[in-house]
This record gives sequence, C-alpha cells and structure tokens, in this order.
Amino acid sequence: MTGKTLYDKLWQSHLVSQREDGSALLYIDRHILHEVTSPQAFEGLRLAGRKPWRLDMNLATPDHNISTDSDERAAGVDAIPDETSRIQVKTLDDNCDYFGVREFKMNEMGQGIVHVMGPELGASLPGMTVVCGDSHTATHGAFGCLAHGIGTSEVEHVLATQCLVTKKMKNMLITVDGSLGSGVTPKDVVLAIIGKIGTAGGTGYALEFAGQVFSDMSIEGRMTVCNMAIEAGARVGMVAVDSKTVEYFKDRQFAPTGDTWTKAVSHWNLLQSDKDAIFDATVKLDGADIAPQVTWGTSPEMVLPVDGVIPDPNDEKDPQKRQAIIQALSYMGLKGGTLITDIPIDIVFIGSCTNSRIEDMRAAASIVKGRKIASTIKHALVVPGSQMVKAQAEAEGLDKIFMDSGMDWREPGCSMCLAMNADKLAPGEHCASTSNRNFEGRQGSGGRTHLLSPSMAAAAAIAGHIIDARFYTETAQ
Amino acid sequence: MKTFTLHKGLVVGIDRPNIDTDMIIPKQFLKSIKRSGFGQNLFDELRYMDEGKPGVDCKSRILRDDFPLNYPRYTSASILLAQENFGCGSSREHAPWALEDYGFRVIIAPSFADIFFTNCLKNGLLPIVLSKKIVKYIFDQVEITEGYQLSVDLQKQVVITPSSDEFFFDIDEFSKRALLEGLDEIGLTLKESDLICAYEVEHMKNAPWIFGAIK
Ligand code: SF4
Repeated sequence: MTGKTLYDKLWQSHLVSQREDGSALLYIDRHILHEVTSPQAFEGLRLAGRKPWRLDMNLATPDHNISTDSDERAAGVDAIPDETSRIQVKTLDDNCDYFGVREFKMNEMGQGIVHVMGPELGASLPGMTVVCGDSHTATHGAFGCLAHGIGTSEVEHVLATQCLVTKKMKNMLITVDGSLGSGVTPKDVVLAIIGKIGTAGGTGYALEFAGQVFSDMSIEGRMTVCNMAIEAGARVGMVAVDSKTVEYFKDRQFAPTGDTWTKAVSHWNLLQSDKDAIFDATVKLDGADIAPQVTWGTSPEMVLPVDGVIPDPNDEKDPQKRQAIIQALSYMGLKGGTLITDIPIDIVFIGSCTNSRIEDMRAAASIVKGRKIASTIKHALVVPGSQMVKAQAEAEGLDKIFMDSGMDWREPGCSMCLAMNADKLAPGEHCASTSNRNFEGRQGSGGRTHLLSPSMAAAAAIAGHIIDARFYTETAQ
Repeated sequence: MKTFTLHKGLVVGIDRPNIDTDMIIPKQFLKSIKRSGFGQNLFDELRYMDEGKPGVDCKSRILRDDFPLNYPRYTSASILLAQENFGCGSSREHAPWALEDYGFRVIIAPSFADIFFTNCLKNGLLPIVLSKKIVKYIFDQVEITEGYQLSVDLQKQVVITPSSDEFFFDIDEFSKRALLEGLDEIGLTLKESDLICAYEVEHMKNAPWIFGAIK
C-alpha cells in the first residue's frame, strides 16, 4: 500500500460519510464567522427553524467592515457612522447572542482578523478541519489543519450540521529547498510560488509546502505562505506539524492542558505526509533563487523580483497574455520597460491576515526605526491583525517607532486589504501593500496595489518608491 | 434551492480571463445583510461610469459603452460566456447572488475558481466548463450572430447550439441532482444525523481537546 499525504490523512479522519454520488460529508472542527458572510446564513437558519448543531465548534468576530480609527472604535458599535456597516456589525452581535455563538466583540481582547485570531487563541489547532466564509482560511493550514474558505450557503450548512458537503481534492507538493537569502521573507516565497505556477495553477489541488525553507520558517511565516494558497487557485495550503508547531500552541487560551495536552501532542506529531506518499503534481523551487518580490500588475501572478523590469507587451507572443499585460499596465498607469524600483508610492498599508502578526510588525519596525517616511507618502497605515498583536506590539514599543517615523498606528481589522471601511485608495494612487490581492479596485476604486512583504512596504514608505528593503538593513541609519 | 432543468437564452461574452469576485460584485455592496437586490450592481465598476454606492438607484447612472452587458443587443442575456479562472478571489456568495439576480442562469467558461463554482451550484446557477476551443468557437458565433442563443439541457448534460451541435459537459452526480430537484441540502444532510452523531462519539474519544474548549 502506498503512503498517504497529510491531506489524505486529514480527509480520512474527518470523513463522516462517503456518498454514492461522489460527494462526501466532512466533519468540521472549527467554524469561524465574521459579519460579512454570515448574516444570510443565520437568517436561513431562523427561517427554517433550525439551530446550530453544536456551539463549541463556532467562534465569531467582526473584522472586515469595522473602522480602524481609534476614536471611532472607542465610540462603540452604536456610533459606527456608516449605517449599513453599523447594521452588519450589530447583526453579527445579535445573531451570536441569539444563537449563543462565542463572539469576540469589536473592542474585546481577543478580537482580530479571523485568521489571525483563530490560531493565536488556540481556537484552531493542528489536525483540525477549519472553515470560514473567507477565502484566506487556508492560513490555518500552516499548522497541519485542513482549512479552507466556504460560501454563505455552506456557512449555513456547517452551522446546522457541523459538516460540509464536499469532494476530495488532488494533492500537490510544493518543495522549496535550500535556504533563503538574508532579507528574503515568507511573503517573497509565496509570491515567487504564485509567479511560477500562476493564479490558477493550484485549482482543484490541496497544496502542501515542504522543504528546508519551510522547516526553517516560523509558524507565522508559514501562515503567510498558506494564506495565499488561494492566490495560486488552491482552496487549501498546508505545512506538516513539527516541534515549532507544538511549541506555538503551548498555553494558548483554548489549547488543551495537562494530560489532554500530552495526548494532543502525540496525535499532532503524526501529522505529516508519509515518505512514500504520491502527489498528483509536484513543483520545486530553490530558496536561494528567491529575491524580494513585488507585483506590478492586477493579478498576483504579475510579480517580479525587486530588481526586475516591468514586461513590455510587445515582447509577449501569446495574444491573450499580451492583452492581459496591456490591460494591467493601463490600469496601473505603468509602462513596459520600467524598473520595478521606479514605481512611485503614495500610500503604504501594512496589515491584513497575510502580514499583520507580531513578527510582521517587528520586521516593518526594524526598517523604519530612526527614519522618517518620505514627504511624498500621503498616508502610511500600520494595522495590527488583532487586539493581542496590538497589545504585544505596544508592549515592545513598536507603535512609537511607527508613529515617530510618521506612520499611523491603527486598531485591528481587515482595513485596506479589501477597503470595506473608510481605509481605501483614491483613484490612481499607488499602494505598497502587505495584503494578498492586487485586483482592480480591491483597495478602492481605481486604486493601484503592489503586493510585497512588510519590510519591503516599510522600505517603500521611507524611500517614497519601491526599493529593496535590504538597502536599509545593510546601511547604517 | 432553485431548480434547473432546461434553459434557452441569449448569450453575452466577456472576453477576459481571471474575472474575480471583486469585479463581479464590488465590496461596498457586501454590507447588505440580504441575499437579493445585487443584480443592479453586478460588474458595477465595469458597467457604470461613476463609483457605485449601496442604496443608490442605478437607473439614473451613466453606463460605460465599452462593456458588453451594456450593448443593446445583449440586454436580455441569460447565459454568460467567460474566460479562464472565472470567479477567482474572494469567497463571497454575493457574486452568484448578483449574477442570478441580474438574470443569468448559466455561465460557460474554460475554467472556474473552486469556491465560486460551488457557490453557483448552491444558487441554481449552472457553471459549465467547456474546452478552450469550444469556448472560442462560441465567442466567435456570439460576435457574428446577433441574437445568438444556446440551449442547455442539464439532464442530458449538453449545450445545444442553434445549428444543433451538442457539447457535452461534466457535472458531479450530487450537484446535478440538487439542481434538478431543488434539494434542501441541509435537510438532506440532517437525514444522516445518526452518522454524524456516531462520528462525533468516536471523534470525541480520539481527540477530546476539540470539544468543549470554546465556551
Ligand atoms: S484581511 Fe483581507 S483577506 Fe484577510 S480576512 Fe480580512 S478581508 Fe479577508
């Protein structure tokens, strides 16, 4: 018998029923809810006279739509100025109160972006199946979870049955061997992977990231990588459990203790693909080849190393690709043949579930420390991913470093990742952003997004244009 | 759930790969707590000159004249023809809600993003994967033939052209049945409650830390 992949094992251990028609019922261990994709699901339950199957698997928090301005936040939910936003956040509160779902409310310690908050509370733990009505749920795969985004109908289904009707995916192994050069970060690794396989390269697959680069990487870094599996077309991204994983969850609020902890750890330690497991597809990269990455276009696959040159559509032979380049350049207001480092920046956004954890905050702070942001930068926002990240960063004095440099230190939420609140780009503005999507209009109608790592975003804030962050780490202040 | 059996309708094409769910329905409209009314803001940024705002009547807004949905010849289209990786990006089910509310019943493309594909099926909207070659053929026909219509027969899993060519498409048995019969999926799963309960008992033995921790 051939061995099993990590995905196969997680699938197997959560399979409630394999139906004759090819669909399967998969048991869900953790379901995380937020204000945007849940109201219609709760409404559906109510209309059908149903209730949640069980409550201890659900966890909710508002994040997508809330203000990150400290005065507005302090004023509370009732004072949210935009009426539709206020209704949506209140609806989540009301639904959670009514059905008894554990919610971390807007200003409560523990609140944060769904994918930052789940792991840091120990709510999502290795080996679990985790779903959430947000496509970046794959983040939780970083510690050996089978985690993916679902739609609102599925949110309702999971609430009512604790199961998901789904089909098995194929397995893809992405190996990055060797080691990363200094100043190269997890964000650069995942952008390089997307650049290689394309935004649809992972469609239908569960991705497993393996190799020396991931063994060396912190759990936070692995979360950054798994987070963007969806930008490679895959719903699921994961990394096997190792001693770092176990260490990460020790003493987290909802993590087990005592004998149960010991039992859990021995269970988690088995969460790796078997040596002889067969993957349907494999991709290999060499860590040493990866440089800091920056996107220049309107799809995450339109990405280049920081020393790259924006492609000239005339050099592209495939007519469809040429058309895509022309369209992207026109939207981005850029010309083919321009150096990546000549892209001017107006706004800097450090945040989102991709890069708003404490180590992201530290990386950005280490660049801006003792420096001032360029006078041409209109606004540089640093948005911690959760109340806990915010508290930790403030305890380390990072907020001061940001503010001294001229950056704005905000309250936790999704913010300019999707610009549902007031944090958004004006048409034509170029943003150096640590988020995950550079789609047209994603950060505000007409806004132009360049995806990069926290240190690269911080460096762009200082320089006023895209620059290799290593320029600052290698030169004294 | 809405049923789908047969459909015949006018085809409109959007010839551009990687149409993401932000394009299909921009985020400002996600603040609604309802499931309906998204149709007028479908493809909002591509469709209108000004920036769309929730709660604003779209009738008086100026349309872009370079977007196919706005061409008079496509006004009553109910079959959307698209390119690769349609529906990529955010998991928002508001995207199929908007497409359905606008009047689409079928989307044909060479490939779809996974979550979007599932979300369509839950809303009586049929996503059909056809080969690149066939999709190109249909794009060409739509271009040269005003009033070009296709028929879709879900039972037989075929798309039928005006010249009676039939293109077969794949769909999994479960989704097919759900669409044909308009199944209440939750109701169906709850029929397997015993299995779920039995699984839970085992699961609790194997992994007790999963249960009861979140209070
Ligand atoms: S930060 Fe962005 S990607 Fe992450 S959960 Fe929020 S909206 Fe989704």
